[in-house]
Amino acid sequence: MYTDKVMDHFMNPRNVGEIENADGVGEVGNVKCGDIMRIYLKVNNDVIEDVKFKTFGCGSAIAASSVATELIMGMTIEEALKLTNKQVIEALGGLPPVKVHCSVLAEQALKAAIYDYATKNNLTYAGLEGYDPSEADDDHHDVVDIDF
Amino acid sequence: MKRVYMDNSATTPVKQEVLDTMLPYFTEHYGNASSIHSFGQEAKKTLEASRKIIADTLNTSSDTIYFTGGGSEADNWALKGVMKANAQKGKHLITSTIEHHGILHTCKALEKEGYEVTYLEVDSDGLIDLKELEQAIRPDTVMISIMYINNEIGTMQPIKEIGQIARKHKVIFHTDAVQAYGNVGIDVEALQVDLLSISAHKIYGPKGIGALYIRKGIRIQNLIEGGAQERRRRAGTENIPGIVGFAKAAELAHDNLEAHVAKLIEMRDRLAKGILEAIDYSKYNGHPTQRHPGNVNICFEFIEGEALLLSLNAKGISGSSGSACTSGSLDPSHVLMAIGLPHEIAHGSLRLSVGDFNTIEEVDYVIESLVEIVHKLRMMSPLYDKVKGGK
Repeated sequence: MYTDKVMDHFMNPRNVGEIENADGVGEVGNVKCGDIMRIYLKVNNDVIEDVKFKTFGCGSAIAASSVATELIMGMTIEEALKLTNKQVIEALGGLPPVKVHCSVLAEQALKAAIYDYATKNNLTYAGLEGYDPSEADDDHHDVVDIDF
Repeated sequence: MKRVYMDNSATTPVKQEVLDTMLPYFTEHYGNASSIHSFGQEAKKTLEASRKIIADTLNTSSDTIYFTGGGSEADNWALKGVMKANAQKGKHLITSTIEHHGILHTCKALEKEGYEVTYLEVDSDGLIDLKELEQAIRPDTVMISIMYINNEIGTMQPIKEIGQIARKHKVIFHTDAVQAYGNVGIDVEALQVDLLSISAHKIYGPKGIGALYIRKGIRIQNLIEGGAQERRRRAGTENIPGIVGFAKAAELAHDNLEAHVAKLIEMRDRLAKGILEAIDYSKYNGHPTQRHPGNVNICFEFIEGEALLLSLNAKGISGSSGSACTSGSLDPSHVLMAIGLPHEIAHGSLRLSVGDFNTIEEVDYVIESLVEIVHKLRMMSPLYDKVKGGK
C-alpha cells in the first residue's frame, strides 16, 4: 500500500523533536480526524537553519512530516512558502488517494510555522498573502483527488 | 524474519487435517451432488454427512443447516429472507449499533425498501440492555438480530436471555455467531435461537463457505435463486471441498473446545495484562470477562492505530485496528464509537486476536515489541508531550 520511501520516512523519520526557543511554531489538524502536525523552525538571515516536527497520525502523516522537513531545510522563507503538497507526494514516491490529505497537512503545518515566525517578527512575505491560520485547520481532508 | 500472526478474528489458517480432508474432493471425488451417476452420488453422500456433522455441533437436525458462500451471505439471507417472507406481520426489525457490516449494511438496504430498523445502543462494555430490547418490541416487530460475539471488542451478548425475550413475544431471533462458533459451545435449542450464521474460515476451515441454521417452521424467502440445491432454498452447485473442510474444522473445534478455550484465555489474559501493566495511558476495550477467549482490544492514547499496525508489521506482528486511517473513512470504527470512546482515543485502537497456533513466547514477544513501538510513536506525538509537560 505504501512506497518504500514512505515506509523509510515512517520507520526512520528525519528531524523528529522540538526546538527550544524556536523562531516559529505551527500546529495544524485535530484529534478528531486523527492527525495533528506541529513544526518548529529556527530561522537565521531568512534561511531555515533547523526544522523539527512532532506528529500524531498514521504512517503517511508521519512520513509526510518527515519528508517536508527534509525538503525545506536550508531554504529561504520565500522558497519554503512555495512548497506544495504535490512536492511532498512526489518526494515520497506517491501516496494512496485516501492519504493525500496527509501531504496537505504538512504543507499547512509549515505555513502555520512561518506565519508564526512572520507575526512575531513583524515580517511580510508574498507567499503568506491572504493566509488565515484559522481557516487552515479542518479542510485538509477535502483534498483527495490528485492523480499520480 | 520471525512472523507472529495475531489476527485470528480476521481469519485463521486452514489446519492440515482440514486440508487433507478436502484435497481428494478437488481431484478424485469431484462430482456434482445433483448428478445421478456414481460421482454425483458420492458427492451427495459426502454433502449430507458434512451437514450432519455441523448440525450435531449445534445440537440440531441436518434439515436445519443450509450452506452458504460465507458469513455475510448467511447474514444477508437471514435478514432479507425473513423480513420479506413475513411482511404481512410487519416491517420492523431490531438490531444493535455494534453489529458486523454484514448486518448493518443489510439493515440499511432494507430501510431503503421501506422496512424500519431499531438500533439498540450498548453500554461501555459493549452489552445491550435487555429491558431496552423488550421495550423496543412492537406488534409489527418481525425479527431481532443481535450478534453473539462482537468481532472488534470481543463482547459476548446474553444470547439465551435474548432468546427467551424473543420467544415470549413471538419474534424471530437471528444471531450472527461467526465469531462465537468454535469459541463457545452453541446449542440452538437451549438458546432458543431461530436463525444463526456461521463461517468456516474463522475456525481453521477454508474461506468462501458458511452456513445458516434455520429453525423448522421459520418462513424465509430465498436470496439466491436457481437450481434445487439445499432443498430449493439456496441455489448453486454445492462447494463440496469447502463443505467437507468446514465440517472437518467444525468437528475439530467441537471435540477440542474446552482445551482450545482454556489455551486461548491463558494467552489472551497474559497478553492483555502484560500490555496494560507495561504501558500507561492504555485502556482495555470490551467486557472484562464476558468476551471472546482470544480477543484483546486496547486503545493507546496519543498515538494512531495505523502507525501502530505498520510498526508492528515491521517486527513481523500482524494485528488490526479500528482507526479511521485503516478504514478509509474519517471516523474510527462504529463499535468503538458505540461504546462511547472519544474519537482521539478510538483512533489509537489495536485488536490482537490469538488462536490455536500462537504460543506464550509469541505473546511475550508482542508485549515487548509493543512497549518499544508505543514509546517511539509517543515520542513523536505532540499530544503526548502536552500530557508529559503538564505532569
